[in-house]
Amino acid sequence: MKKFTRFEGVVAPLDRANVDTDLIIPKQFLKSIKRTGFGVNLFDELRYLDEGQPGQDCSNRPLNPDFVLNQPRFKGAEVLLARRNFGCGSSREHAPWALEDFGFKVVIAPSFADIFYNNAFKNGILLITLSEEEVDRLFAGVDANEGYQLDIDLEHQRVITPGGETLEFEVDAFRKHCLLNGLDDIGITLQDEDAIRTFEQKHKDARPWLFRQPA
Amino acid sequence: MSGQTLYDKLWNQHLVKQRDDGTALIYIDRQLLHEVTSPQAFEGLRLAKRKPWRLDANLATPDHNVPTTLKERAEGNSGIKDPVSLIQVQTLDDNCVEYGIEEFKINDPRQGIVHVVGPEQGATLPGMTVVCGDSHTATHGAFGALAHGIGTSEVEHVLATQCLLAQKMKNMQVRVEGELGLGVTAKDVVLAIIGEIGTAGGTGYAIEFAGSAIASLSMEGRMTVCNMAIEAGARVGLIAVDDTTIDYLAERPFAPTAEQWEAAVADWRKLVSDDDATFDKVVTLKAEDIEPQVSWGTSPEMVTGISGQVPDPKAALDETVQRSHTRALEYMGLHANQKITDIKLDKVFIGSCTNSRIEDLREAAKVAQGNKVADTIKLAMVVPGSGLVKRQAEAEGLDKIFIDAGFEWREPGCSMCLAMNADKLGAGEHCASTSNRNFEGRQGYGGRTHLVSPAMAAAAAIAGHFVDVRSLSANDATHAQEA
Repeated sequence: MKKFTRFEGVVAPLDRANVDTDLIIPKQFLKSIKRTGFGVNLFDELRYLDEGQPGQDCSNRPLNPDFVLNQPRFKGAEVLLARRNFGCGSSREHAPWALEDFGFKVVIAPSFADIFYNNAFKNGILLITLSEEEVDRLFAGVDANEGYQLDIDLEHQRVITPGGETLEFEVDAFRKHCLLNGLDDIGITLQDEDAIRTFEQKHKDARPWLFRQPA
Repeated sequence: MSGQTLYDKLWNQHLVKQRDDGTALIYIDRQLLHEVTSPQAFEGLRLAKRKPWRLDANLATPDHNVPTTLKERAEGNSGIKDPVSLIQVQTLDDNCVEYGIEEFKINDPRQGIVHVVGPEQGATLPGMTVVCGDSHTATHGAFGALAHGIGTSEVEHVLATQCLLAQKMKNMQVRVEGELGLGVTAKDVVLAIIGEIGTAGGTGYAIEFAGSAIASLSMEGRMTVCNMAIEAGARVGLIAVDDTTIDYLAERPFAPTAEQWEAAVADWRKLVSDDDATFDKVVTLKAEDIEPQVSWGTSPEMVTGISGQVPDPKAALDETVQRSHTRALEYMGLHANQKITDIKLDKVFIGSCTNSRIEDLREAAKVAQGNKVADTIKLAMVVPGSGLVKRQAEAEGLDKIFIDAGFEWREPGCSMCLAMNADKLGAGEHCASTSNRNFEGRQGYGGRTHLVSPAMAAAAAIAGHFVDVRSLSANDATHAQEA
């Protein structure tokens, strides 16, 4: 995982609540056995006017001109702004893979679904929860200003608007640490290998039926 | 000190290590694997030169991509016409062979939807932690197990360490008190709950379902309820252990036997919330108020009773909801104040991890028996949740009832719940579906899903539009008396 560093990025506004993971990456693209290449199909059903197929060359597909990511002013966007309960539905990690592959590093919304929240951080994507009012203000800012960018400062847990307003956000210490240092959590967990083995033995002694006997 | 909730007990029993930063290591007893969310996890393991920590904790079966026609299934994996799907199923087989993980392959009679297979095999036990790269893992909470969906990175983490990094959730109790009316099922209960608390109502919580109406449900009904906890935003749904739980598990292949059975049962009986346990949030519904439910929109919270109507977006309280409702009606091709019974259907799907177990099929068959699917219905299909469910249904003659009525009788898999195989809706088609999600495009590009119970789906297939299954039950009862 790459280290997450402070940056200023163009903001793309997706003015919808309950953006589900089926919408972020439709199921036909989940057939891939790879982790990469999902970016061209991010929001496939909103972005294109036809039905997408896995492995298809998307460069000639008809684009939906009304969709935010197809508008020139949001080209190169790295920050996605959305409404409440972003990422609800299926546990597919293909959703953050698609966001990351497209180029998004941050999603800002008033709330996120639990499984998506975990999955995003494991792929280096920072999810920032701000109040409904703050998100409203950001939508208004993006709407009013072409080239609207936000300064994303994870270390100090703040977002700075072009007008100089500072919005603070919460993020738990472990996730922040992993993101800032680009750490893989399996490696961290395995540092506790002995603790796991000790627990496992105790657990097995107490509840042997949880450890199926080999046939 | 106040008592512990069921969730607190399960959490404490699996806590390997609490870290200073608020995260914890939780031990995982069972991981279920399927073809869609596991290939990248195995690949990660391989690249890091790591081995699975504990093989016997894992159980695999392909379900999302498998075809459901007998003709295709007769050829095993090579019957999968979509080459990309085939690679995915083959990759699961290869990974299970390479690492030595038990797998019920495509034509094993025990193959099926992971969330049907686990409980059916007794591979899900009370007091277990159960994970799977699938959000409907909440299903297994019906057994008093701590079960939830995880992403692929976490699948790899569990394979490599037998643990999960987690943060403790908050406790919510949803009580459903009273007696459910005739024709009102577990599916209607959970849809009504979601309608009440919303699709984000359970975010950050483990929901324990309780109350007399929940306790009266069979294990299969309880699984239906817990299955859709995620549709209320909660990763975890739970129901306390009682005689119903224990009776269901006796003599299942993976369940404990002999002297271990007695010890296990004694331990399982403690898997209930203490009388003095406190919940962060409690929601109560009256069973008598719940009628058969039908979803009208593109989120499971957009749901109402069969006697209701499509809401007017203008009546919504806030602007975000107004916009969502307006967009949903446009996508669904419905108009404000339209009666639910006026919604015409094109297809009917009875299946999915929510409603594909034997009791679901019995309920649907009861309605279908002696009737015919309406001419206007292009396809009505019944997809059993596993090979064993299919076998049981055939032993009871349910397949004949469905076929005689004009339904297609299919092979087990996830099928049109998410349309990763060939079973899907065409653009604009309305489907009465016993599945769990009515998101845009979920059952096929442009498809329009209405979530209902198996009995309501069967009734809709026969009428060609939604009908109140309770009115049919009354008629059937009359016929029975006349006969």
